[in-house]
Amino acid sequence: MVDILIIGSGGAGLSSALSAKQHGATVKVISKAYPTASQTSMAQGGINASLGNVTPDSTTSHIEDTIKSAHGLCDKEMVRWMCEDASSTIAWLERLGVPFDRTPNSKIAQRQLGGASSKRACYAQDYTGLKILHTLYDNCLKEGIEMIEEYMLLNLIVEEKVVLGATFLDIVRGEVQEIRANATIIATGGYGAIYKNFTTNSEGATGDGVASILRAGGELSDMEFVQFHPTALKGSSILISESARGEGGYLVNSKGKRFIDELLSRDIVARAIASQIAQGEEVFLDVRHLGEEKLLKLMPQEVHLCKLHEGIDPATEIIPIKPVAHYTMGGIDVNSHLEVSKLKNCYAVGECSNAKLHGANRLGGNSLLEIVSLGRVAGKNAVEFLSQYTNKTESSTQLKADQDYIDELFEEYPWELNFYDLQNELGEKFYNHVGIVRDNNQLNNTLNELRVIKASLDDMGIGDKNRENNSNLVEFLQFINMLEIGEVVIDSALIRDESRGAHFKEAFPNEEDKIYKAHSIFWIEDNALQNRLLKVTV
Amino acid sequence: MKIDIKRTNETVTYDIPFKSTTLLQALYHIKNHEENSLTFSSNCRSGICGTCAIRVNGKEVLACATMCGDGDLLEPLQYHEVQRDLKVNKQKARETLKTSMAWLQESKDTEIQEEQVSLTEKQSDCILCDSCYSACPVLEVNPNFIGPFALTRVYRYTADPRESDIKTPIDAIQTNGIWDCTLCGECTTVCPQGIDPKMDITMLRATSAQFGYSDPNFQAMDFGFGGGF
Repeated sequence: MVDILIIGSGGAGLSSALSAKQHGATVKVISKAYPTASQTSMAQGGINASLGNVTPDSTTSHIEDTIKSAHGLCDKEMVRWMCEDASSTIAWLERLGVPFDRTPNSKIAQRQLGGASSKRACYAQDYTGLKILHTLYDNCLKEGIEMIEEYMLLNLIVEEKVVLGATFLDIVRGEVQEIRANATIIATGGYGAIYKNFTTNSEGATGDGVASILRAGGELSDMEFVQFHPTALKGSSILISESARGEGGYLVNSKGKRFIDELLSRDIVARAIASQIAQGEEVFLDVRHLGEEKLLKLMPQEVHLCKLHEGIDPATEIIPIKPVAHYTMGGIDVNSHLEVSKLKNCYAVGECSNAKLHGANRLGGNSLLEIVSLGRVAGKNAVEFLSQYTNKTESSTQLKADQDYIDELFEEYPWELNFYDLQNELGEKFYNHVGIVRDNNQLNNTLNELRVIKASLDDMGIGDKNRENNSNLVEFLQFINMLEIGEVVIDSALIRDESRGAHFKEAFPNEEDKIYKAHSIFWIEDNALQNRLLKVTV
Repeated sequence: MKIDIKRTNETVTYDIPFKSTTLLQALYHIKNHEENSLTFSSNCRSGICGTCAIRVNGKEVLACATMCGDGDLLEPLQYHEVQRDLKVNKQKARETLKTSMAWLQESKDTEIQEEQVSLTEKQSDCILCDSCYSACPVLEVNPNFIGPFALTRVYRYTADPRESDIKTPIDAIQTNGIWDCTLCGECTTVCPQGIDPKMDITMLRATSAQFGYSDPNFQAMDFGFGGGF
């Protein structure tokens, strides 16, 4: 049996794997797709560290900016730890071979991102996430780390609250398999794909790990906090990086008027854009004044995406944009060791987790930092506590249950309702009613609609009955995960009658610290969702 | 418009009711509304995850980054095991990264200049979509050829100022590697990121020469002068 099972192969999973291996453990990394296909590849802007290479900076400023942006919902100790670790994280990536851009005096180049008091984000053009991810992958190959591709997480194997491994759908063969381990690290990414067609996220960001924790009796927290990125292409929801504004891009309305300081934090800028759109304005990103040469040097990817998806040349035309779902701050509730609440031998790290770093609103450049910095910690912690784990090997009913369920999907289920249509409808409803501006009536309506869809799952199922390489099956299982998580997102939004960071209710426009300076915690007990508010004390 | 898709057992024609759409959106339209069993790979929709490469009218493209044209023929990548319809198994191609030891061998602390980063900036834009591998005619005759993307990656690391052991990867790419390439440039033509593996292979040949290696094809040639002295 392997020491550590790592589920997910983005920046967090691969950093955990390298760290766990380095600390002497045997490791297995499982991924739904190929490791280099993960969401990390899409991160463009940069990774924060207060190196002060371009403008004066300090760890204290990084901590303060992060705390300010979190609107009281972060764990200050966790924030302090991550910001202090940032420079050694960059040094580690540098040793592994990440090709960061350089300043004229040969230091790592840094750029301005929204909400930061200095040029703090280290970058590699607008391919920062891609280059970090591929360098991590190359190093995993170098270290001989076993990576199993095209295995989709189904359920954790849990006996008396101890996680013993997990069951997976082997996508290629269409069979259910179990993998046991002494410790499990979940690094499966966020749940932004709920906002289908209104998100910058990849199709695979369906919160599989988050849903598995909910089913396994663990806790989720702060699920209502979904960050909307101010600038996605209007037609395709493709991301245009914050660096476009960091480098001096303007936001203008149909009249060509600027209406907001472009470098404020994402929640504020996204709301300002939504308000313009609500008034009947169109909103554009204008980077023409930066000039073609600078655009091609700093944002080659953006220029290409604008031309392809909108037929727009940013050097000569303004870019039509809208804010869309981009990052999920909430997730699997973990303690300061990254252990999942209410479960044993189980860790979570990266976007799937809520390590209380981003609170109500994440700062650009802090997510790449989190996945690498805390990814390394998760790997190290899992190894350090290995000796304490009881090596349970008894058989579990989970494998049989999951095999039966998958068999049933092949043998029964009528396909009377097309889940793809429902998924599109739900995505739009989430964008409009569980989005940038929220209202309790609309939240309740959307919750009811979601529950109706959930109740009619038996009328859906898969049209493709071939066992092998069945992406119809994968997409259906993902849809179920999103329904389960979506319910928690709406419930969390409902109980928070205030406005804080990315969560904004017009009827309750202020922060109400007395009741709501608290994490919203959700779990399943007696077959029903339970919740409580946990006051922030640190 | 109509498109043809080479599926596992037959080529099927589909009607796409849009005037302008990406190939990926066309594929999703068919899968979501006509045939759930149509199988292809995709993820990010924005040309960065490398998942959705296919062949269209004989040329490798990213389905998410290419507009659909009337009469297009969509096929799976070449030199990969076709798992189903347009979905291929990339594991064999990925093995070439291990064979060629495409990573930083021994990292040393050194000052890196701005222009040194620019030198391999393009090479490190690779998204591992396998388009170049599918377009490479050498794989038709030598299935063990390391192929373009892994060699580009080896070049990217050997040209990195941090690398203190260039010899190890250079040794690893002598057999089924740089000398098998015919420098035809098909890889360069199809790369969605504008990378030029042909040039990188040429650079690796020059570095190999510094380590005493030479073109084995050249050595093997008999110009008619041999053995007479």
